[in-house]
Amino acid sequence: MLDDRYDLAFRLYPYARSADQDAPAPVRHPVVIVGGGPIGMSMALDLAEQGVASVILDDHEGVGAGSRAICFAKRALEIADRHGFGVAAHEKGVVWNLGKVFHGDKLAYEFNLLPEEGHKFPAFINLQQPYFEKFAVERIRELQAAGAEIDIRGKNRVDSIEQLDGGVRLNIMTPEGPYQIDADWLIACDGAGSPTRKMLGLDFDGRVFQDSFLIADVRMTADFPVERRFWFDPPFKSGASALLHKQPDDVWRIDFQIGWDVDRQEELKEANIRARVDQMLGPDIKYDIVWSSIYTFQCRRMKKFRHDRVIFAGDSAHQVSPFGARGANSGVQDVDNLGWKLALVMKGAAGEALLDSYEMERMYAADENILNSTRATDFITPKSEVSQIFRNAVLELAKDHAFARPLVNSGRLSLPSIYDGSELNSEDGLRASGFDAPLRTRPGAPATDAPLADGWLLEKLGGRFQILAIGVAAPDPIAFDGGVAEPLAIQVSAEIQARYLGDAPSAVYLLRPDQHIAARWATYEPAAVKAALHRALGK
Amino acid sequence: MSKLVTDPNIPDHDGFYSELIALHEGRSKAESDAINAKLILLLANHIGDRAILSEAFAHAGKDQQS
Ligand SMILES: Cc1cc2nc3c(=O)[nH]c(=O)nc-3n(C[C@H](O)[C@H](O)[C@H](O)COP(=O)(O)OP(=O)(O)OC[C@H]3O[C@@H](n4cnc5c(N)ncnc54)[C@H](O)[C@@H]3O)c2cc1C
Repeated sequence: MLDDRYDLAFRLYPYARSADQDAPAPVRHPVVIVGGGPIGMSMALDLAEQGVASVILDDHEGVGAGSRAICFAKRALEIADRHGFGVAAHEKGVVWNLGKVFHGDKLAYEFNLLPEEGHKFPAFINLQQPYFEKFAVERIRELQAAGAEIDIRGKNRVDSIEQLDGGVRLNIMTPEGPYQIDADWLIACDGAGSPTRKMLGLDFDGRVFQDSFLIADVRMTADFPVERRFWFDPPFKSGASALLHKQPDDVWRIDFQIGWDVDRQEELKEANIRARVDQMLGPDIKYDIVWSSIYTFQCRRMKKFRHDRVIFAGDSAHQVSPFGARGANSGVQDVDNLGWKLALVMKGAAGEALLDSYEMERMYAADENILNSTRATDFITPKSEVSQIFRNAVLELAKDHAFARPLVNSGRLSLPSIYDGSELNSEDGLRASGFDAPLRTRPGAPATDAPLADGWLLEKLGGRFQILAIGVAAPDPIAFDGGVAEPLAIQVSAEIQARYLGDAPSAVYLLRPDQHIAARWATYEPAAVKAALHRALGK
Repeated sequence: MSKLVTDPNIPDHDGFYSELIALHEGRSKAESDAINAKLILLLANHIGDRAILSEAFAHAGKDQQS
């Protein structure tokens, strides 16, 4: 009745009876999160940062085995750092910079992420998804010990929901039978197959790619370099394309593109997986298969991410093919965007327009991710003879000609979205004053990290509105209904000059609680900051 | 003497490539071949420089198996 749908990597939240199950009437909670994957757990942490209590319901008792996501991007690590487990993830993860793309046995294209110096986190790490989730849960345990109200309920499966006036009722199944709770707000982080989405009969449209990928994580002590290796038409013939990428614990991710009409059961037999892996690695390398699975990939999203009191985040709202590592990385950014907005709306300090901005900003990001993932998947799995011919022509030309190399697309790696055009942004006062200010920190962009005398800039930002004063005296705090925008004065360094000033001698930035820039000016004008703050609150 | 540009020269290269592939969507192979032929002729006329075109022909024809 409540069977596991997958094996566990870590059993972290065994079923325990909740007092709610013995209550005479459904107990009401401010926020209930359905699904304790990376996004649900991050959501609880983000809300805790805002002082909002939450209940997480997951139909399993821990983190699923099988790593799925392995590439975590800088922005996701920065957000995880604010949530309190970014350093743990970084320390466990494998940092990599180099990517090589082969066509047959020839190198067609090579990229180096060439991380800029002066950031707390690298451009990318590889880390098995179960570790990311485990670190998030460990952080939740720490916060609980310090008194935070986060309640993780394992083996609590949400079977149906009813939308009430100003809330949601959930019908939950447990090993000891069903019970009900009510929520003011329900956040659906229940993954790509989202039962919540289905319960509400909502759409999830997009493209399914007519191909499948056999994914195997193998453990071996091989001295292959720590670089991402991707083959089109690999010489070892284990698939139409193949990937090899290192993870922690001597585990390597291997992908084979095996075609659309495959017998899944047959392909997943250990002997058949080994045949493909042996062809790739050669006969002498010993390895264990840690995990394997077959996936078909799709790129799709919901038309709306919010349906009254039910809000979707992560894979439940949007799904992408993994080329570009834009799944979990973008889901973590959904959470980052939603937490502070929901907290202000719950306090009555902002109206629903602020929640509408979650939908607008994160749909914009989802579309960007879907566009990039779709293009990469089209390149990897050409869907017609002509597109195959063009693809191969690009790969052939790339060996001799520089122009063709940028066209080779085995995935464009996840970058944070810049919310250009968001209604929460105010004009770029710094550029409007005639300064050649860097575009990377224009309104809508996430703040760029930089070293400070006593740590990192991003460590000092986030969780609240802030007025960053660069090369000018710190202004007074600005109180608003629901909070205070706090000043933070920093010195000008070479990095701050390049990343925040350009040719301007000083600047004032208004930052949102998610570290995105709302507005910037050359000098401090209280009236302008107040107006921009008002706007950033969705008013 | 002018020379064929073989360094990256197209802004938004991913957008360009996807538009090129979209041009062929839903076409038969014969239709696509015809579209490609017209495309080459149009672009060749735009380039207009015989030496550059010859250079491009040489690169395109190089090592072509099958
Ligand atoms: C092969 C592969 C490789 C990938 N590589 C990357 C990568 O390198 N980088 C990257 O960023 N992303 C990657 N992804 C994507 C990434 O795995 C997902 O984006 C991520 O897992 C989404 O997290 P989530 O929390 O939204 O959903 P999920 O991880 O799916 O979690 C949903 C949770 O909800 C629970 N649940 C479901 N129904 C119910 C219910 N009725 N009641 C209670 N609980 C319920 C589930 O048990 C689960 O715990 C990859 C995906 C695949 C398949």
